[in-house]
Amino acid sequence: MDIKLKIWRQKNATSKGKFEKYALNEINPEMSFLEMLDVLNEQLISSGESPVAFDHDCREGICGTCSLFINGRAHGPDRFVTTCQLHMRRFKHGDTITIEPFRAKAFPVIKDLVVDRASFDRIQQSGGYISVNTSGNTQDANAIPIPKADADLSFEAAACIGCGACVAACKNASAMLFVSAKVSQYALLPQGQVESKRRVKNMVAQMDEEGFGNCTNTGACEIECPKGISLENIARMNREFILG
Amino acid sequence: MSTAVKTEFQLSSGVPQGPLAEKWTSHKSKIRLVSPANKLKIDVIVVGTGLAGGSAAATLAELGYNVKAFCFQDSARRAHSIAAQGGINAAKNYVGDGDSIYRLFYDTIKGGDYRAREANVYRLAEVSSNIIDQCVAQGVPFARDYGGLLDNRSFGGVQVSRTFYAKGQTGQQLQLGCYSALNRQIARGKVKMYSRHEMMELVIIDGKARGIIARDLITGEIQRHSAHAVVIASGGYGNVFYLSTNAMGSNVSAGWKIHKKGALFANPCFTQIHPTCIPVSGDYQSKLTLMSESLRNDGRIWVPQQLEDAQAIREGKKSPEDIPENQRDYFLERRYPAFGNLVPRDVASRAAKERCDAGYGVNVTGDAVFLDFQSAIERYGREQAHLQGSDESNPEATMKLGREVVKAKYGNLFQMYEKIVDQNPYNTPMKIYPAVHYTMGGVWVDYNLMTTIPGCFCIGEANFSDHGANRLGASALMQGLADGYFVLPYTIGDYLADDIRTGPISIDSKEFEKAEHQVKSQIDRLIKQNGTKSVDYFHKKLGRIIWDYCGMSRNEKGLKEAIEKIKELYQEFQKNVFVPGRANEYNEELAKACRVADFFELGLLMTIDALDRTESCGGHFREESQTPQGEALRDDENFMYVATWEYTGKPNSPKLHKEDLIYHDIEVKSRSYK
Repeated sequence: MDIKLKIWRQKNATSKGKFEKYALNEINPEMSFLEMLDVLNEQLISSGESPVAFDHDCREGICGTCSLFINGRAHGPDRFVTTCQLHMRRFKHGDTITIEPFRAKAFPVIKDLVVDRASFDRIQQSGGYISVNTSGNTQDANAIPIPKADADLSFEAAACIGCGACVAACKNASAMLFVSAKVSQYALLPQGQVESKRRVKNMVAQMDEEGFGNCTNTGACEIECPKGISLENIARMNREFILG
Repeated sequence: MSTAVKTEFQLSSGVPQGPLAEKWTSHKSKIRLVSPANKLKIDVIVVGTGLAGGSAAATLAELGYNVKAFCFQDSARRAHSIAAQGGINAAKNYVGDGDSIYRLFYDTIKGGDYRAREANVYRLAEVSSNIIDQCVAQGVPFARDYGGLLDNRSFGGVQVSRTFYAKGQTGQQLQLGCYSALNRQIARGKVKMYSRHEMMELVIIDGKARGIIARDLITGEIQRHSAHAVVIASGGYGNVFYLSTNAMGSNVSAGWKIHKKGALFANPCFTQIHPTCIPVSGDYQSKLTLMSESLRNDGRIWVPQQLEDAQAIREGKKSPEDIPENQRDYFLERRYPAFGNLVPRDVASRAAKERCDAGYGVNVTGDAVFLDFQSAIERYGREQAHLQGSDESNPEATMKLGREVVKAKYGNLFQMYEKIVDQNPYNTPMKIYPAVHYTMGGVWVDYNLMTTIPGCFCIGEANFSDHGANRLGASALMQGLADGYFVLPYTIGDYLADDIRTGPISIDSKEFEKAEHQVKSQIDRLIKQNGTKSVDYFHKKLGRIIWDYCGMSRNEKGLKEAIEKIKELYQEFQKNVFVPGRANEYNEELAKACRVADFFELGLLMTIDALDRTESCGGHFREESQTPQGEALRDDENFMYVATWEYTGKPNSPKLHKEDLIYHDIEVKSRSYK
């Protein structure tokens, strides 16, 4: 299949970006979306041009490195996938595909489609942990039984890959889904109770400081989350926050 | 640009005296300590933030050391440990099926085909229980049963259930656990985190590792970082094959740089080809995707018994459902009745290759076998119907129940498969084929996990120590966390005890100057070179050579050919690679070129090592050395050693040193899973 691409090109953080157009012919529908970009880059390199910079690593949907806003949607048209799991069979011959970086004040562009998500790390550093040292003398793992339902919910929240799709999808660039997933993981476990009040307060404060917007309950984040992180987590975080 | 290296090594593993079960405890109580006040004066660099590096950085900081941690990813959380799926082993014996530290030790040594160091493996088994306790305390949400206790499953090469898991995302959950511990120390100011930074060179001063040269991958800035010790935790080198289940950025460079500075590299030819991966579909392919070994708990592997059926399936004239039960060859169950589908990875991979080479492959390329969940879905369905008191004889209803059980166990893996292949594995068998997954070989380390360069340590997949010639499933996560949480933080003190009066290490010395100059001139050469071929062009070609000649099956003629081909291609790479852009900017092609240059030299060493080891063992299968039934045939008399290679300045002619392997507490037998 033949396709046309409209890709955001931006030399570096300070320069002004713009869309560039490219055409690719004879793309195999079995290719992944990122392999299609590999093909484009191979062509750009062979004609002496600068390849399109984009973030990617594991290419199996778990590391959270890949991003991309494809035809107006974070990680493209499918639900429950990351961009690296998207395949060209999802598009048609003759399509024009628009590719932009994840846009948010707290995710400044580094180059082309690569953005800086260090703000997410800083939120985690502000409280996304249980304060336990590696002593080797912790109590036996089975000492506290945890109801399966709680453990499963905690796991579902912990499945967040930190890609930032929730922020990119939100009209306010809010990071509530991301933060609430971490808050919920610990709030649902007895180990996390001890410092739960401090945790939620600090993480929310850091989130605000990073310049993420407010939540207005549109639910776009849940729709675009490749891991299906539920909005319920935001409700749980709000509850934790009020109690705190 | 070789640097002078010591010519004579006294390879001493430093394994403590005393009975096996007491070695680690007595070693820990005898090695030297650094007092809390003195730890504050000592800096440690950790390269890599996966399970090994992340947990080491966090624990060293908890102890009081000042840590600088580096990763090339945009966040420490994204290190490739995150992609591990199936689980982590621990000798907890919660299931009560007779598991013990000794049994985990025994299985690991046997699984590694008697090519791992006995004392290190015993220590690994010993600390395995602590890992689970630690992770649960950190809030890692492992799978639990309805009683609220931790659930276990079984993995290849063992006859007990000792694998703890979190769906098919165990690596992710453990990685996020150690990332959280790391974050806590970053918040305390005890770890300074450098993400999007690549280690380019090791700096040695007066024979000791004293720092690194790093490149900021965003600005291209070359930086000097000093420390009293350097810990390499940069993972495996599977990407030398180009196509592997590793992440695109995974590379050998940190390990290779220290090798070129004097660290011996051990058993490079011991690479693991994992049996259950999604098959290659085209030449544009950039990576391969693993389907967790845990699937072999419930999936049965088969090909048609008749060649005509296999051909009909390949041509799309028949589907797997058309092949009746008695016309299917469940070849693992047939060949290895005692372990069935849960034989170790090397054995399963070779058996699949054997069937496909004989013409029984089931996809267009002929390189695929079926992994079928039908009987598990039926079995679970009946079980659930019975539990719920519903009609067990209604096949549709029971199948639905069965699918739900399978979904709860492997849902994310099934979804992953469906997204890539566009087929629904609940209804039709998966097609799978072996792919490169893990590297048992790596930097040689002693019992303290120190390399042959004083002050330079190596942990996790990057070192060679625990898995011999084949790693068992769910043991990589165990080793990474054991090294990082429970071994290195203590053993490093034995070395650093000498450094309490050293004071800060200056970055203005001639050694730093020289190392920085070396890095800058390599980058300069790559940028200025007006070549015509991209980095990927060379990487793909190199990978193909290694896969064809140094993959699942190796022979003398092929390996000799491979060595010549690699040398030739490397020369062309040095003359004709094209790196666009500039040095002082975000430049992924440049980063890739530096990594691929190291893969060339490592690839050469791999083939040289494979040629030298004329026996078969574990993942290293030399066609000249097999039993009449086609099983790997070891040669203990001549090869019961760790092959450790010294860099001589010329990648073509490394020097071999041997560490003899001596087993006191385990009987060395031929490895059988029949």
